[in-house]
Amino acid sequence: MSELSKLTIAEARDALRKGEVTSVALTEACLSEIEGAEALGAFVHHTPELALEQARAADARIGQGDAPSMCGIPLGIKDLFCTKGVESQAASAILHGFKPEYESTVTSQLFGAGAVMLGKLNMDEFAMGSSNETSTYGTAVNPWRDGERQLTPGGSSGGSASAVAADLCLAATGTDTGGSIRQPAAFTGITGLKPTYGRVSRWGIIAFASSLDQAGPMTRSVRDCAIMLEAMAGHDPKDSTSADLAVPDFEAMLTGDIKGKVIGIPSEYRVEGMPEEIAALWAEGTDMLKAAGAEIRDISLPHTKYALPTYYVIAPAEASSNLARYDGVRFGHRAKLAQGDGIEEMYQKTRAEGFGAEVKRRVMVGTYVLSAGYYDAYYNRARKVRALIKQDFEQVFAAGVDAILTPATPSAAFGLGEMAEADPVQMYLNDVFTVTVNLAGLPGIALPTGLSGNGLPLGLQLIGRPWEEGDLLNTAYALEQAAGFVSKPAKWW
Amino acid sequence: MSIDIETARRVAHLARIAVPEDELPALAGEFNAILGFIEQLSEVDVEGVEPMVSVTPQRLKRRQDVVTDGGQQEAILANAPDAREGFFAVPKVVE
Repeated sequence: MSELSKLTIAEARDALRKGEVTSVALTEACLSEIEGAEALGAFVHHTPELALEQARAADARIGQGDAPSMCGIPLGIKDLFCTKGVESQAASAILHGFKPEYESTVTSQLFGAGAVMLGKLNMDEFAMGSSNETSTYGTAVNPWRDGERQLTPGGSSGGSASAVAADLCLAATGTDTGGSIRQPAAFTGITGLKPTYGRVSRWGIIAFASSLDQAGPMTRSVRDCAIMLEAMAGHDPKDSTSADLAVPDFEAMLTGDIKGKVIGIPSEYRVEGMPEEIAALWAEGTDMLKAAGAEIRDISLPHTKYALPTYYVIAPAEASSNLARYDGVRFGHRAKLAQGDGIEEMYQKTRAEGFGAEVKRRVMVGTYVLSAGYYDAYYNRARKVRALIKQDFEQVFAAGVDAILTPATPSAAFGLGEMAEADPVQMYLNDVFTVTVNLAGLPGIALPTGLSGNGLPLGLQLIGRPWEEGDLLNTAYALEQAAGFVSKPAKWW
Repeated sequence: MSIDIETARRVAHLARIAVPEDELPALAGEFNAILGFIEQLSEVDVEGVEPMVSVTPQRLKRRQDVVTDGGQQEAILANAPDAREGFFAVPKVVE
């Protein structure tokens, strides 16, 4: 019964509790969909036995009553999460064969709540990319097509987005350093939330840029994001930056009532050359929130244009430091050495063979901006501009704005291979609307609100105040209800 | 700021990534494109601005200074490309 894999988390939970379906049936339905979807390249490691074992345990727990909302829900897990005994490679050749001896806090919490893991999902190598084309597994493909033109699902959480949009799993984990949950969500017509920095533990998630990385849910509805976030969030003594704050019942906060809420529309996001359909989508979303009773206010975030260059100093700098651990000694790949090669050659050859082109580029840019003589000019200056970007948001929130509405991406999904010849900076522009949120540590959610002229999903982004994911989700819920987006990709795979 | 081939070679060495000689010019070109993009930051007035240290201002939690973990030699070595007699093995380091 393939219809089962199309359920939302909320629908599946309710059906499980009523005894109308079992987790084993849900899991088998998803496994069968995954088996028929190799062409999407979404699942890269399959764990059907583990999934069925977890599903049987979940059914037993549900039978005893009082099971959490995520109990029995089949999920895909991004390859960036360390999962005990299951390949966790960050889609990199340098971690070929790596099977962690430990479980990330996020997956551990999800499994503790009874969730089922179907397998690991494709992504850009070390989460560096916006098209899932830098993966060692090969690219993930968007279930939406433009005629015969194959499209990217976005990145870096491209496999997660593709799997959720194609109904291979009920939901997936993603991570977001500059837009890696929100951009793929927008490209595939699903909903993705990046929580406030510190809301979700980073422990056991392979690090890219530690001051920006944050894990979050990728789902088919705002309600599902609320349910899944609650299971993922919370203080973790193993991540010193995780916040010791109570995790509210986010789902209970979804009333759809946003009367009197102030929604900011930032003029700086009206970027040069913005396609007409993106501008129209944004205007429609604004009208929907207004019609729901929100007050619309024009705002200014003056340092927005410096967000991308700031990001492309800070993220590579942190990456060059984090990725120094891949040296061929403790885990993953080690290059074959020639006669007489010493430890230096081992490092250099291992890293040359193990890292892909984009990862090498970013590690080297990061090395450069941190090197003697350039540290102040680049890295310290970027950290100062980052403080100004955050201050822009603080001033707007202090003036009474509750949430900010922007487009999620500058376009609909682009074709696979179309950016291959482009300058790396062209690819970076995909993150123009999302990256400010990571730099300021804020929560942001992307949700589908319309279709492009050629029938592809388009998304809007809402940005909230720090720690107020509940209020943000409620505003997104109101927008979701008004937009009434129900389109699905036609099955071709 | 323009990156020449010599600088590209130095950065590759600092990052411990072997880059063949014939790929250095292209690499230098890519660095220049990215650094040209980053260069915009020099127009921002950052006079008196403190560089951001932590995005969510919070006092890091303290804990007792005691051993909480350990005794996992086997698990730690389990993924090593070359582990021998309870150690990570690497090419000879000292002559």
